Amino acid sequence: MTATPSLPAPGPWRRAVVAEVRHPHPRTAALRLELPGRVPHLPGQHYVVRLTAEDGYAAARSYSLASAPSDPLLELFVEELDDGEVSPYLTEAVELGDELEIRGPIGGWFVWDGQSPAVAVGGGTGVVPLVAMLRHARHLGTLDRLRLAVSARTLAELPYADELAAGGAVVALSRQASASGRSAGRLIAAELAPLVVPDATYFVCGSAAFATGASDLLLELGVDPTAVRVERFGASG
Amino acid sequence: MASRGFLGRRRPAREDLPPAQYDVGADWPVLTAEVTPRIDPERWTMSVDGLVEEPRTWTWAGLHEQPESEYQGPIHCVTTWSKLDTRFAGVSVDLLLDAARPRPEATHVLATSTTGYTTNLPLEQVRGGQAWVVWSFDGQPLSRDHGGPARLLVPALYFWKSAKWVTRLTLLDHDERGFWERNGYHDLGDPWREQRYHGD
Repeated sequence: MTATPSLPAPGPWRRAVVAEVRHPHPRTAALRLELPGRVPHLPGQHYVVRLTAEDGYAAARSYSLASAPSDPLLELFVEELDDGEVSPYLTEAVELGDELEIRGPIGGWFVWDGQSPAVAVGGGTGVVPLVAMLRHARHLGTLDRLRLAVSARTLAELPYADELAAGGAVVALSRQASASGRSAGRLIAAELAPLVVPDATYFVCGSAAFATGASDLLLELGVDPTAVRVERFGASG
Repeated sequence: MASRGFLGRRRPAREDLPPAQYDVGADWPVLTAEVTPRIDPERWTMSVDGLVEEPRTWTWAGLHEQPESEYQGPIHCVTTWSKLDTRFAGVSVDLLLDAARPRPEATHVLATSTTGYTTNLPLEQVRGGQAWVVWSFDGQPLSRDHGGPARLLVPALYFWKSAKWVTRLTLLDHDERGFWERNGYHDLGDPWREQRYHGD
Protein backbone atom coordinates (compact mmCIF):
# COMPACT_ATOMS: atom_id res chain seq x y z
CA MET A 1 0.00 0.00 0.00
CA THR A 2 1.95 2.94 -1.27
CA ALA A 3 1.33 6.38 0.12
CA THR A 4 -0.96 8.66 -1.79
CA PRO A 5 -0.57 12.41 -1.64
CA SER A 6 -2.67 13.84 1.13
CA LEU A 7 -5.99 15.25 0.02
CA PRO A 8 -7.69 18.07 1.86
CA ALA A 9 -9.66 17.07 4.95
CA PRO A 10 -13.43 17.12 4.46
CA GLY A 11 -14.88 20.44 5.46
CA PRO A 12 -17.59 20.91 8.07
CA TRP A 13 -21.20 19.76 7.66
CA ARG A 14 -22.87 21.78 4.90
CA ARG A 15 -26.39 22.12 3.55
CA ALA A 16 -26.92 20.94 0.00
CA VAL A 17 -30.11 21.52 -1.96
CA VAL A 18 -31.71 18.63 -3.83
CA ALA A 19 -31.78 19.81 -7.46
CA GLU A 20 -32.85 16.58 -9.18
CA VAL A 21 -34.40 13.33 -8.02
CA ARG A 22 -34.60 10.22 -10.19
CA HIS A 23 -35.68 6.71 -9.31
CA PRO A 24 -33.91 4.65 -11.97
CA HIS A 25 -35.04 1.36 -10.43
CA PRO A 26 -37.54 0.51 -7.72
CA ARG A 27 -36.02 1.17 -4.29
CA THR A 28 -33.22 3.37 -5.62
CA ALA A 29 -32.63 7.08 -6.02
CA ALA A 30 -30.12 9.18 -7.89
CA LEU A 31 -30.00 12.47 -6.00
CA ARG A 32 -28.33 15.45 -7.64
CA LEU A 33 -27.31 18.07 -5.12
CA GLU A 34 -26.27 21.66 -5.35
CA LEU A 35 -23.47 22.59 -2.95
CA PRO A 36 -22.03 26.02 -3.69
CA GLY A 37 -18.30 26.43 -3.09
CA ARG A 38 -17.72 22.74 -2.54
CA VAL A 39 -14.27 21.16 -2.16
CA PRO A 40 -13.27 19.56 -5.51
CA HIS A 41 -13.45 15.75 -5.45
CA LEU A 42 -11.87 12.90 -7.36
CA PRO A 43 -13.77 9.88 -8.71
CA GLY A 44 -13.97 7.24 -5.98
CA GLN A 45 -14.55 9.65 -3.12
CA HIS A 46 -17.73 9.70 -1.06
CA TYR A 47 -19.89 12.02 0.99
CA VAL A 48 -21.60 11.42 4.31
CA VAL A 49 -25.30 12.29 4.56
CA ARG A 50 -26.69 13.09 8.01
CA LEU A 51 -30.38 13.03 8.83
CA THR A 52 -31.58 14.68 12.02
CA ALA A 53 -34.97 14.30 13.72
CA GLU A 54 -36.74 17.22 15.42
CA ASP A 55 -35.41 16.14 18.82
CA GLY A 56 -31.80 16.01 17.65
CA TYR A 57 -31.54 12.25 17.06
CA ALA A 58 -29.19 11.83 14.09
CA ALA A 59 -28.06 9.06 11.75
CA ALA A 60 -25.33 9.34 9.11
CA ARG A 61 -24.25 7.07 6.24
CA SER A 62 -21.68 7.29 3.43
CA TYR A 63 -22.52 7.31 -0.29
CA SER A 64 -20.15 7.25 -3.24
CA LEU A 65 -20.35 9.98 -5.84
CA ALA A 66 -21.42 9.10 -9.37
CA SER A 67 -20.67 12.58 -10.66
CA ALA A 68 -17.47 13.76 -12.28
CA PRO A 69 -15.54 16.64 -10.73
CA SER A 70 -16.54 18.79 -13.72
CA ASP A 71 -20.27 18.28 -13.01
CA PRO A 72 -21.79 21.42 -11.47
CA LEU A 73 -23.90 19.14 -9.23
CA LEU A 74 -23.00 16.27 -6.89
CA GLU A 75 -24.72 12.99 -7.73
CA LEU A 76 -25.30 10.33 -5.08
CA PHE A 77 -26.79 6.95 -5.88
CA VAL A 78 -28.70 5.33 -3.03
CA GLU A 79 -30.10 1.83 -2.82
CA GLU A 80 -32.73 1.17 -0.18
CA LEU A 81 -31.51 -1.52 2.18
CA ASP A 82 -33.77 -3.89 4.02
CA ASP A 83 -33.91 -2.72 7.60
CA GLY A 84 -32.08 0.48 6.57
CA GLU A 85 -32.46 3.68 8.54
CA VAL A 86 -31.08 6.39 6.24
CA SER A 87 -31.49 4.79 2.80
CA PRO A 88 -35.32 4.45 2.92
CA TYR A 89 -35.61 8.16 3.69
CA LEU A 90 -33.31 9.06 0.80
CA THR A 91 -35.04 6.77 -1.69
CA GLU A 92 -38.63 7.49 -0.65
CA ALA A 93 -39.02 10.75 1.25
CA VAL A 94 -36.56 13.18 -0.35
CA GLU A 95 -38.10 15.69 -2.73
CA LEU A 96 -36.87 18.40 -5.04
CA GLY A 97 -35.83 21.48 -3.10
CA ASP A 98 -35.19 19.63 0.18
CA GLU A 99 -32.05 20.47 2.09
CA LEU A 100 -29.68 17.67 3.04
CA GLU A 101 -26.82 17.93 5.47
CA ILE A 102 -23.69 16.49 3.89
CA ARG A 103 -19.95 16.34 4.50
CA GLY A 104 -17.12 15.53 2.15
CA PRO A 105 -15.47 14.66 -0.09
CA ILE A 106 -13.91 11.82 1.89
CA GLY A 107 -11.34 9.18 1.00
CA GLY A 108 -7.87 9.49 -0.46
CA TRP A 109 -7.08 5.89 -1.39
CA PHE A 110 -9.84 4.62 -3.64
CA VAL A 111 -9.48 7.54 -6.05
CA TRP A 112 -8.49 7.86 -9.69
CA ASP A 113 -6.81 10.95 -11.11
CA GLY A 114 -8.21 10.38 -14.60
CA GLN A 115 -4.74 10.07 -16.11
CA SER A 116 -2.92 6.92 -14.99
CA PRO A 117 -3.95 3.54 -16.46
CA ALA A 118 -6.81 2.11 -14.42
CA VAL A 119 -8.87 -1.07 -14.40
CA ALA A 120 -12.05 -0.86 -12.33
CA VAL A 121 -14.28 -3.78 -11.35
CA GLY A 122 -17.60 -3.10 -9.64
CA GLY A 123 -20.50 -5.19 -8.42
CA GLY A 124 -24.05 -3.98 -7.75
CA THR A 125 -24.06 -0.48 -6.28
CA GLY A 126 -20.28 -0.82 -6.21
CA VAL A 127 -20.37 0.45 -9.81
CA VAL A 128 -21.27 3.96 -8.62
CA PRO A 129 -17.68 5.21 -8.18
CA LEU A 130 -16.87 3.60 -11.54
CA VAL A 131 -19.51 5.83 -13.14
CA ALA A 132 -17.70 8.84 -11.69
CA MET A 133 -14.45 7.50 -13.19
CA LEU A 134 -16.08 6.99 -16.58
CA ARG A 135 -17.61 10.46 -16.62
CA HIS A 136 -14.29 12.00 -15.54
CA ALA A 137 -12.41 10.15 -18.29
CA ARG A 138 -14.99 11.26 -20.86
CA HIS A 139 -14.58 14.86 -19.71
CA LEU A 140 -10.77 14.70 -19.84
CA GLY A 141 -10.63 12.71 -23.08
CA THR A 142 -8.76 9.86 -21.35
CA LEU A 143 -11.21 7.02 -21.97
CA ASP A 144 -8.34 4.96 -23.42
CA ARG A 145 -6.79 4.76 -19.94
CA LEU A 146 -9.82 3.31 -18.17
CA ARG A 147 -11.07 -0.27 -18.47
CA LEU A 148 -14.24 -1.35 -16.72
CA ALA A 149 -15.95 -4.58 -15.74
CA VAL A 150 -19.27 -4.56 -13.90
CA SER A 151 -21.51 -7.18 -12.44
CA ALA A 152 -25.05 -7.52 -11.08
CA ARG A 153 -27.63 -10.25 -10.80
CA THR A 154 -29.77 -8.88 -13.65
CA LEU A 155 -29.50 -5.92 -16.01
CA ALA A 156 -32.36 -4.22 -14.19
CA GLU A 157 -30.34 -4.39 -10.98
CA LEU A 158 -27.23 -2.83 -12.53
CA PRO A 159 -27.15 0.91 -11.77
CA TYR A 160 -26.22 3.07 -14.77
CA ALA A 161 -26.29 -0.03 -17.00
CA ASP A 162 -26.70 1.83 -20.31
CA GLU A 163 -24.04 4.38 -19.54
CA LEU A 164 -21.54 1.72 -18.43
CA ALA A 165 -22.21 -0.45 -21.49
CA ALA A 166 -21.80 2.58 -23.77
CA GLY A 167 -18.51 3.25 -22.01
CA GLY A 168 -17.23 -0.16 -23.08
CA ALA A 169 -17.64 -1.95 -19.76
CA VAL A 170 -17.59 -5.74 -19.68
CA VAL A 171 -21.02 -6.59 -18.24
CA ALA A 172 -21.47 -9.85 -16.31
CA LEU A 173 -24.96 -10.82 -15.14
CA SER A 174 -25.03 -13.69 -12.68
CA ARG A 175 -28.75 -14.59 -13.00
CA GLN A 176 -29.65 -13.52 -16.51
CA ALA A 177 -28.45 -14.32 -20.02
CA SER A 178 -27.47 -11.12 -21.82
CA ALA A 179 -28.63 -9.90 -25.22
CA SER A 180 -25.09 -10.37 -26.53
CA GLY A 181 -25.30 -14.11 -25.85
CA ARG A 182 -23.42 -14.31 -22.57
CA SER A 183 -25.07 -16.93 -20.39
CA ALA A 184 -25.92 -16.21 -16.78
CA GLY A 185 -22.96 -16.54 -14.45
CA ARG A 186 -20.49 -14.74 -12.30
CA LEU A 187 -17.62 -12.68 -13.67
CA ILE A 188 -14.77 -15.03 -14.61
CA ALA A 189 -11.05 -14.56 -15.03
CA ALA A 190 -11.24 -14.96 -18.83
CA GLU A 191 -13.47 -11.87 -18.97
CA LEU A 192 -11.03 -9.80 -16.93
CA ALA A 193 -7.90 -11.08 -18.69
CA PRO A 194 -8.17 -8.69 -21.69
CA LEU A 195 -8.45 -5.74 -19.30
CA VAL A 196 -5.18 -6.39 -17.50
CA VAL A 197 -2.42 -3.98 -18.52
CA PRO A 198 1.06 -3.37 -17.11
CA ASP A 199 1.36 -0.56 -14.57
CA ALA A 200 -2.39 -0.20 -14.08
CA THR A 201 -3.99 0.52 -10.75
CA TYR A 202 -6.91 -1.84 -10.06
CA PHE A 203 -10.04 -0.61 -8.33
CA VAL A 204 -12.44 -3.19 -6.91
CA CYS A 205 -15.73 -2.03 -5.41
CA GLY A 206 -18.73 -3.94 -4.12
CA SER A 207 -19.96 -6.11 -1.29
CA ALA A 208 -17.37 -7.91 0.82
CA ALA A 209 -18.10 -11.16 -1.04
CA PHE A 210 -17.86 -9.52 -4.46
CA ALA A 211 -14.65 -7.67 -3.55
CA THR A 212 -13.00 -10.87 -2.35
CA GLY A 213 -14.07 -12.78 -5.47
CA ALA A 214 -12.97 -10.06 -7.90
CA SER A 215 -9.64 -9.57 -6.09
CA ASP A 216 -8.99 -13.31 -6.27
CA LEU A 217 -9.66 -13.27 -10.04
CA LEU A 218 -7.17 -10.44 -10.53
CA LEU A 219 -4.51 -12.25 -8.49
CA GLU A 220 -5.15 -15.39 -10.57
CA LEU A 221 -4.33 -13.29 -13.63
CA GLY A 222 -0.99 -12.34 -12.12
CA VAL A 223 -1.91 -8.86 -10.89
CA ASP A 224 0.31 -7.63 -8.05
CA PRO A 225 -1.85 -7.40 -4.88
CA THR A 226 -0.27 -4.06 -4.02
CA ALA A 227 -1.71 -2.63 -7.25
CA VAL A 228 -5.28 -3.43 -6.12
CA ARG A 229 -7.34 -0.89 -4.20
CA VAL A 230 -10.52 -2.18 -2.63
CA GLU A 231 -13.67 -0.46 -1.44
CA ARG A 232 -16.08 -2.76 0.36
CA PHE A 233 -19.61 -1.82 1.12
CA GLY A 234 -20.53 -2.90 4.59
CA ALA A 235 -24.06 -3.63 5.67
CA SER A 236 -25.00 -0.11 6.65
CA GLY A 237 -28.37 1.28 5.86
CA MET B 1 -30.81 21.12 11.03
CA ALA B 2 -33.87 18.88 11.19
CA SER B 3 -34.58 16.73 8.13
CA ARG B 4 -38.22 17.14 7.10
CA GLY B 5 -40.21 14.19 8.36
CA PHE B 6 -37.23 12.11 9.52
CA LEU B 7 -37.94 10.16 12.67
CA GLY B 8 -35.09 7.65 12.65
CA ARG B 9 -35.29 4.13 13.84
CA ARG B 10 -34.58 4.38 17.55
CA ARG B 11 -33.06 1.59 19.44
CA PRO B 12 -33.07 1.34 23.20
CA ALA B 13 -30.44 3.77 24.44
CA ARG B 14 -27.23 2.11 25.48
CA GLU B 15 -24.58 3.80 27.51
CA ASP B 16 -21.82 2.10 25.55
CA LEU B 17 -22.91 3.59 22.18
CA PRO B 18 -20.90 6.75 21.33
CA PRO B 19 -22.47 9.74 19.53
CA ALA B 20 -23.95 9.05 16.05
CA GLN B 21 -23.10 5.33 16.19
CA TYR B 22 -25.69 2.60 15.64
CA ASP B 23 -25.81 -0.98 16.83
CA VAL B 24 -25.09 -3.34 13.94
CA GLY B 25 -26.36 -6.32 15.92
CA ALA B 26 -25.06 -9.72 14.91
CA ASP B 27 -23.49 -8.41 11.67
CA TRP B 28 -19.84 -7.58 11.41
CA PRO B 29 -19.18 -5.53 8.27
CA VAL B 30 -15.85 -6.05 6.51
CA LEU B 31 -14.18 -2.84 5.41
CA THR B 32 -10.66 -3.04 4.07
CA ALA B 33 -8.75 -1.06 1.50
CA GLU B 34 -6.51 -3.81 0.21
CA VAL B 35 -6.57 -7.39 -0.99
CA THR B 36 -7.17 -9.76 1.93
CA PRO B 37 -3.86 -11.57 2.42
CA ARG B 38 -3.38 -15.28 2.99
CA ILE B 39 -0.98 -15.54 5.90
CA ASP B 40 0.56 -18.78 7.05
CA PRO B 41 0.70 -18.50 10.86
CA GLU B 42 3.90 -20.57 10.79
CA ARG B 43 5.59 -17.77 8.85
CA TRP B 44 3.88 -14.86 10.62
CA THR B 45 5.80 -12.96 13.31
CA MET B 46 4.96 -10.14 15.68
CA SER B 47 7.69 -7.59 16.36
CA VAL B 48 8.17 -4.61 18.64
CA ASP B 49 10.94 -2.29 17.48
CA GLY B 50 11.94 1.37 17.21
CA LEU B 51 12.69 3.21 20.45
CA VAL B 52 12.97 0.18 22.70
CA GLU B 53 15.83 -1.21 24.78
CA GLU B 54 15.45 -4.66 23.30
CA PRO B 55 13.70 -5.16 19.94
CA ARG B 56 11.64 -8.35 20.17
CA THR B 57 10.04 -10.73 17.69
CA TRP B 58 7.62 -13.53 18.53
CA THR B 59 6.59 -16.42 16.35
CA TRP B 60 2.96 -17.62 16.27
CA ALA B 61 3.87 -20.43 18.68
CA GLY B 62 5.97 -18.14 20.86
CA LEU B 63 3.15 -15.64 21.25
CA HIS B 64 0.73 -18.42 22.19
CA GLU B 65 3.06 -19.42 25.03
CA GLN B 66 2.37 -16.04 26.66
CA PRO B 67 -0.52 -15.68 29.12
CA GLU B 68 -3.76 -15.25 27.19
CA SER B 69 -5.77 -12.12 27.75
CA GLU B 70 -9.38 -11.39 26.79
CA TYR B 71 -11.40 -8.31 25.86
CA GLN B 72 -15.18 -8.21 26.20
CA GLY B 73 -17.10 -5.12 25.13
CA PRO B 74 -18.01 -2.91 22.20
CA ILE B 75 -16.09 -1.94 19.05
CA HIS B 76 -16.84 1.20 17.03
CA CYS B 77 -16.25 1.73 13.30
CA VAL B 78 -15.83 5.26 11.92
CA THR B 79 -18.46 4.43 9.26
CA THR B 80 -20.97 4.67 12.18
CA TRP B 81 -21.62 1.04 13.07
CA SER B 82 -20.80 -0.30 16.49
CA LYS B 83 -20.75 -3.93 17.50
CA LEU B 84 -21.59 -4.48 21.13
CA ASP B 85 -20.68 -7.34 23.43
CA THR B 86 -17.74 -8.69 21.41
CA ARG B 87 -15.27 -11.15 22.86
CA PHE B 88 -11.68 -11.32 21.61
CA ALA B 89 -8.71 -13.26 22.94
CA GLY B 90 -4.98 -12.90 22.41
CA VAL B 91 -2.17 -11.26 24.33
CA SER B 92 -2.02 -7.86 25.96
CA VAL B 93 0.13 -5.27 24.20
CA ASP B 94 1.44 -4.40 27.68
CA LEU B 95 3.13 -7.78 27.76
CA LEU B 96 4.88 -7.15 24.42
CA LEU B 97 5.95 -3.66 25.41
CA ASP B 98 7.19 -4.77 28.82
CA ALA B 99 9.39 -7.36 27.13
CA ALA B 100 10.85 -4.82 24.68
CA ARG B 101 11.13 -2.01 27.27
CA PRO B 102 10.24 1.29 25.56
CA ARG B 103 12.81 4.05 25.98
CA PRO B 104 11.71 7.09 27.99
CA GLU B 105 11.54 9.28 24.87
CA ALA B 106 8.99 6.99 23.15
CA THR B 107 5.62 8.74 22.86
CA HIS B 108 3.83 7.10 19.93
CA VAL B 109 3.38 3.76 18.19
CA LEU B 110 3.08 3.02 14.49
CA ALA B 111 1.37 -0.32 13.84
CA THR B 112 2.23 -2.04 10.53
CA SER B 113 0.40 -4.89 8.81
CA THR B 114 1.70 -7.54 6.43
CA THR B 115 -0.11 -5.65 3.64
CA GLY B 116 1.80 -2.44 4.35
CA TYR B 117 -1.23 -0.86 6.08
CA THR B 118 -0.19 1.42 8.94
CA THR B 119 -1.91 3.32 11.73
CA ASN B 120 -0.60 5.62 14.44
CA LEU B 121 -1.44 5.67 18.14
CA PRO B 122 -0.25 7.55 21.21
CA LEU B 123 1.75 5.14 23.39
CA GLU B 124 -0.52 5.86 26.37
CA GLN B 125 -3.52 4.54 24.36
CA VAL B 126 -2.01 1.06 24.05
CA ARG B 127 -0.79 0.89 27.68
CA GLY B 128 -2.64 -0.07 30.83
CA GLY B 129 -4.77 -2.94 29.52
CA GLN B 130 -6.23 -0.99 26.57
CA ALA B 131 -4.73 -2.90 23.63
CA TRP B 132 -4.27 -6.49 22.49
CA VAL B 133 -2.92 -8.59 19.65
CA VAL B 134 -5.87 -10.95 19.17
CA TRP B 135 -6.31 -14.22 17.27
CA SER B 136 -9.77 -15.31 18.29
CA PHE B 137 -13.28 -13.88 18.21
CA ASP B 138 -16.12 -15.46 20.19
CA GLY B 139 -13.94 -18.46 20.87
CA GLN B 140 -13.20 -19.12 17.16
CA PRO B 141 -10.01 -18.38 15.22
CA LEU B 142 -10.14 -14.86 13.77
CA SER B 143 -11.15 -15.11 10.10
CA ARG B 144 -8.97 -13.69 7.30
CA ASP B 145 -11.54 -11.03 6.46
CA HIS B 146 -11.46 -9.75 10.02
CA GLY B 147 -7.67 -9.67 10.19
CA GLY B 148 -6.74 -13.28 10.90
CA PRO B 149 -4.53 -14.85 11.87
CA ALA B 150 -3.91 -11.88 14.19
CA ARG B 151 -4.92 -8.24 14.44
CA LEU B 152 -4.37 -5.34 16.77
CA LEU B 153 -7.32 -4.51 19.03
CA VAL B 154 -7.66 -1.02 20.53
CA PRO B 155 -11.38 -0.91 21.30
CA ALA B 156 -11.37 2.55 22.90
CA LEU B 157 -10.63 4.09 19.49
CA TYR B 158 -12.37 3.86 16.10
CA PHE B 159 -11.71 0.46 14.63
CA TRP B 160 -9.37 1.47 11.79
CA LYS B 161 -6.78 1.83 14.59
CA SER B 162 -7.15 -1.91 15.28
CA ALA B 163 -4.90 -2.88 12.36
CA LYS B 164 -5.80 -6.17 10.66
CA TRP B 165 -2.96 -8.61 9.89
CA VAL B 166 -0.69 -6.68 12.28
CA THR B 167 2.95 -7.74 12.30
CA ARG B 168 4.89 -4.89 13.88
CA LEU B 169 4.65 -2.13 16.49
CA THR B 170 7.29 0.59 16.09
CA LEU B 171 7.88 3.00 18.95
CA LEU B 172 8.58 6.59 17.96
CA ASP B 173 9.32 9.89 19.73
CA HIS B 174 6.76 11.68 17.51
CA ASP B 175 3.41 11.04 15.87
CA GLU B 176 3.70 9.66 12.34
CA ARG B 177 0.51 9.39 10.33
CA GLY B 178 -0.59 5.98 9.13
CA PHE B 179 -2.61 5.00 6.07
CA TRP B 180 -6.06 6.46 6.80
CA GLU B 181 -4.61 9.30 8.83
CA ARG B 182 -2.73 10.46 5.71
CA ASN B 183 -6.03 10.22 3.88
CA GLY B 184 -7.95 12.65 6.03
CA TYR B 185 -8.85 10.58 9.09
CA HIS B 186 -8.19 11.74 12.64
CA ASP B 187 -4.83 11.15 14.34
CA LEU B 188 -6.40 9.91 17.60
CA GLY B 189 -9.91 8.72 16.63
CA ASP B 190 -11.79 8.83 19.96
CA PRO B 191 -15.40 7.75 19.27
CA TRP B 192 -16.70 9.54 22.36
CA ARG B 193 -15.40 12.82 20.96
CA GLU B 194 -16.45 11.88 17.38
CA GLN B 195 -12.91 12.34 16.08
CA ARG B 196 -13.56 10.94 12.61
CA TYR B 197 -11.64 13.30 10.33
CA HIS B 198 -8.82 15.80 10.60
CA GLY B 199 -9.99 18.84 12.51
CA ASP B 200 -12.78 17.06 14.43
